[in-house]
Amino acid sequence: MVSYAERLEAVWHEGTGLAGFVGTVDHKRIGLRYLYTGFVFFVIAGIEAGLLRMQLAAPDLEVLSPQAYNELFSMHGVTMMFLFATPVLSGFGNYFVPLMIGARDMAFPRLNAFGYWVFLAAGVFLNSAFLAGQAPDAGWFNYLPLANAEFTPSLAIDFYALSLIFLGVSTTAGAINFLVTILKLRAPGMTLNRIPIFVWGEVAFALTVVFALPALTVAAVLLELERKFGFHFYDIAGGGDPVLWQHLFWFFGHPEVYLIVLPALGLVSAIIPTFSRRPMIGYTYIVLAELAIFVISFGVWVHHMFAVGLPTIAMGFISAASFLVVVPSGTQIFAWLATMVSGRLVLSTAMWFVLGFLVLFVIGGLTGAMFSAVPFDQATTDSYFVVAHFHYVLVGGAVFPMFAGLYHWGPKMLGRRLDERLGKISFWLMFVGFNLTFFPMHVAGLLGQPRRTYTYHAGLGWELPNLLSTVGGAVFGIGILVTFVNWFRAKSRGAPAGDDPWGGETLEWATSSPPPEYNFETVPTIRSREPMWFQPELRGGAQSPEEGGRPLADGHATLSTTIGDAEPRAVVHMPHASPWPLFLTLAMTVAFTGVLFSSWGVAVVGAIASVAATMGWLWPRGETQET
Amino acid sequence: MLLAAAAVSCNGDAPSVLDPQGESAQRIDGLWWLMLWISLAVLAVVAGLMAVAFLRGRREGLEVDASSSRWGEPFVVVAGVIVPVVILTGVFVVSVRDLNAITREGDDAELTIEVVGHMWWWEARYPGGAVTANEIHIPTGQTVRFEVTTVDVIHSFWVPQLAPKIDMVPGRTNVVDVRTGTPGTYRGQCAEYCGLQHANMALFVVAEPPGEFERWLENETAPAASPADQAGLDAFLRSSCVGCHTVRGTDASGTLGPDLTHVASRETLGAGTIENTRENLADWIANPQTVKPGAVMPPTEISAEELDLIVEYLQGLT
Amino acid sequence: MTVAERDLELTGRPDEALPAHANGPDSFAWWGMVWLILTEAALFATLLVSYWYLRFRAGPTWPPDGIDKPELALPLVMSAILWSSSLPVHLADRAVRRGRQRGLRFGLLAGWILGATFLTLQFAVEYPQVLEEFTPRTNAYGSLFFTLTGLHGAHVLVGLGVSAWVQVRAWRGAFDERRHVSVQNFTMYWHFVDVVWLFVLSTIYLAPHV
Repeated sequence: MVSYAERLEAVWHEGTGLAGFVGTVDHKRIGLRYLYTGFVFFVIAGIEAGLLRMQLAAPDLEVLSPQAYNELFSMHGVTMMFLFATPVLSGFGNYFVPLMIGARDMAFPRLNAFGYWVFLAAGVFLNSAFLAGQAPDAGWFNYLPLANAEFTPSLAIDFYALSLIFLGVSTTAGAINFLVTILKLRAPGMTLNRIPIFVWGEVAFALTVVFALPALTVAAVLLELERKFGFHFYDIAGGGDPVLWQHLFWFFGHPEVYLIVLPALGLVSAIIPTFSRRPMIGYTYIVLAELAIFVISFGVWVHHMFAVGLPTIAMGFISAASFLVVVPSGTQIFAWLATMVSGRLVLSTAMWFVLGFLVLFVIGGLTGAMFSAVPFDQATTDSYFVVAHFHYVLVGGAVFPMFAGLYHWGPKMLGRRLDERLGKISFWLMFVGFNLTFFPMHVAGLLGQPRRTYTYHAGLGWELPNLLSTVGGAVFGIGILVTFVNWFRAKSRGAPAGDDPWGGETLEWATSSPPPEYNFETVPTIRSREPMWFQPELRGGAQSPEEGGRPLADGHATLSTTIGDAEPRAVVHMPHASPWPLFLTLAMTVAFTGVLFSSWGVAVVGAIASVAATMGWLWPRGETQET
Repeated sequence: MLLAAAAVSCNGDAPSVLDPQGESAQRIDGLWWLMLWISLAVLAVVAGLMAVAFLRGRREGLEVDASSSRWGEPFVVVAGVIVPVVILTGVFVVSVRDLNAITREGDDAELTIEVVGHMWWWEARYPGGAVTANEIHIPTGQTVRFEVTTVDVIHSFWVPQLAPKIDMVPGRTNVVDVRTGTPGTYRGQCAEYCGLQHANMALFVVAEPPGEFERWLENETAPAASPADQAGLDAFLRSSCVGCHTVRGTDASGTLGPDLTHVASRETLGAGTIENTRENLADWIANPQTVKPGAVMPPTEISAEELDLIVEYLQGLT
Repeated sequence: MTVAERDLELTGRPDEALPAHANGPDSFAWWGMVWLILTEAALFATLLVSYWYLRFRAGPTWPPDGIDKPELALPLVMSAILWSSSLPVHLADRAVRRGRQRGLRFGLLAGWILGATFLTLQFAVEYPQVLEEFTPRTNAYGSLFFTLTGLHGAHVLVGLGVSAWVQVRAWRGAFDERRHVSVQNFTMYWHFVDVVWLFVLSTIYLAPHV
């Protein structure tokens, strides 16, 4: 008899040629693409940051022109937030959510491929602004009226707004895909209270996208209507208000910070139990804390606007909510500490990055709590103190966990181990370099240095902190480089990883490294929150049908289960590889390019092509689930 | 961290938040030290727990300890929920008290100064008609209200040693009150990114005893001094300067650029970009775009003699 | 009956077979539509809040700049037409669950005709009238009026397109009592567009009269 694996291999294999490359809907390939592309943007934005630091190394330098400086800091922010942090965390989610919940793919594999292509297209679209010599230069939050057609008549802001609208399509598609996947594709027995915390982090991320991202889309669409067609939303003369932009932007923008940090915290929660050798203490509290952050984050946007001149009573409410949102972060930190203290730490490189994360995230959280105090915020917002704060939160709170993830999950993705010694060197360079870069910025801010200034004069006490930051930036960059070298070295000649190099507790360690295209030979039945620790029969990814495994080997299928108790309800046949998501992306790129240059003919052609591509995509071929 | 903070407050030359000379700034300073000490305590607790975990760590063996922890969850609730709520509530109450003290709405300012943001300089208008730029004198021991707005994009009025910052938003007039007992010159800078030359948009608040301040205001309110050499005034009035600048008491009445009636009394040019010396002034008039690229002021194309006359004239406007 | 005839599929576990087609909350697509609608709802909510924000910033006179209060007769007729379209769509959805093809096909068709009538009235009758008084470039009121009603109209247009797609497939016999999640999804979307109109109507047309 033919084994399940061979039968599954026959139906799930996508082919290795161009058709497989262009058409792949495998969540693992797509996840890796998100990771690689996201890290390319990380390097680009990092080089931009390096240039900024060179300009600021000493007073009155002329490394960059004022215009170049303003473009680079704007693009640094936009790229890091939208093209690096979010996509890389989506990449980890794409790769590991289906594995951790015992599914064979994401709920909508083609939508998943589409999300990646649109992300790539929007990223290239935005960065092509450099080629056009009209890079966005109004900062990542792009305040009006500076960004309107009067004060910025070039295409710079159109590049910004259109690429964010375009990218929003990708992020929304990805979020909906995560939500349905996590609600409906969990292996039987994986009840709500057995879902890995990392997966809960992706839930909180996706919920935030669903409810917060529309505010950014609306803000950007209204901006383009104003810039391109002379509508009035943000200009006083026409009855608009520039502060509307701030409300819309920050109603999205503050949750945006959490939608970067939440999956990163989930990543930390995936690593700590493994390397503390015990189940997480306070699982329920951590999950509730993540969901609480999602909810409260919608009530704090005005704390970015405490200096705008709003009524005191409104500021009081928002201040209270901002203090409140600190609490769930604290809950998670103490749950992690309790787990580490009552377990036995194994100091792998991944764990070192987590420990570094803890220190940096606590510091960033404490300065964040300070910003909830309105008078202190009014004194230090828009100074280098706030720059220091949010780099501690975002680099400490998201980039360090991502690097922990690379070391933790690298062996699973590559099938080979990264070098632990090189990893620890990288960690210490990054940790020291990071603090040397960003700690002095607290000082510069308190000394009165405003952010987004391309130069400063000598004699104000700002020389030393700025010089230290520039030196630290170089050390930090070298540390990052060491991990990249480590990764590519492991890829070609690392030691074989085996299925489960760390003795992990979640399902991704059950299957081979890297996993086969169908993930698991049998869709397992789960009986524990830490299945790999308490269900030894799962090893090898082939729980036998007698023990609860379901091979579903007759077709290209996965299971649909109920939301709460994950009881199997239906066998769902999944779509195969398809080039249509790429075609649709290309058609949309044409449409957006047409709008950018106000070439309405091109835009209409692109729009019609997009409708045609959508029809091609959905054309029934009698093979997929009926949708 | 503490050392760094101490270094910040002792740094003599810097416009430091932690060297407060205004009443609002002193409240903010107090709030900062309170929050810093609490933060250090929290950090110490976290570091301590990490150290314990570290010391209990091991290098070999991967067996899992599945025993339940009796103190674990209660600890998470106490340290991770109850204690933070108590501490943060306390800080919130203190901060709201400070906020109310700082805003003091509808209160009795003894002097109101209108400050208008421009790309990239500050216009200050006093009751009685005095108009100046980038250097704002105030009397010590009195509550001074700044009513701030803008003619173009959003700017933010920030003098760290005196008061919290306040944005200058189109279509709105915001207020911030300042009261200081210490005479001195306090540097401020635009704190909301406002385009190309956001970096070169500094201002100076000069606090001086009321008598001195009155004399200064009287001088600033008066029209321009009549020039020692009429040729200088004539050269000035012939030049393109008058299209944008006002010198009260002459025919120059442009409104795009700063009021020059008492330009020679100011310490800097271009909103803190360069010192107001004779050479710098000549350089600024001839080549503002190399001194402050992107500034609204165009280069003035005139002969060296004309330039010399104009500089001579402007230098007399004390 | 065999497993295939009962529309079941073997899972590989001894004696276990599960439905091979999922509808409603068992299907992925149904949940995809739920989340799409939620994010769309957030989009409309944001835009409506922006309207109210600018209205209250504008002061007591609304509409501003001497623009008349919106005319009510036509929008109310349009509302009646749009809302009445939900009924045949609902009946079509109910019919297909019972395998009734005629009810499905004609219900969808009736809904399509009513929706198209609404859209025609909006673009061909209402907009030309309104444009004589103000345009999107006149002021923020004009911009908000056309952006909100236009966005809703665009959603009706998309709904008509999706309906046409579903109808073609319905006439080709793609749906029956076991396979009809596309019909369910279209129905959900169409009801959503109708509900949104309630908020657009009360904000844009009714509120200025209060």
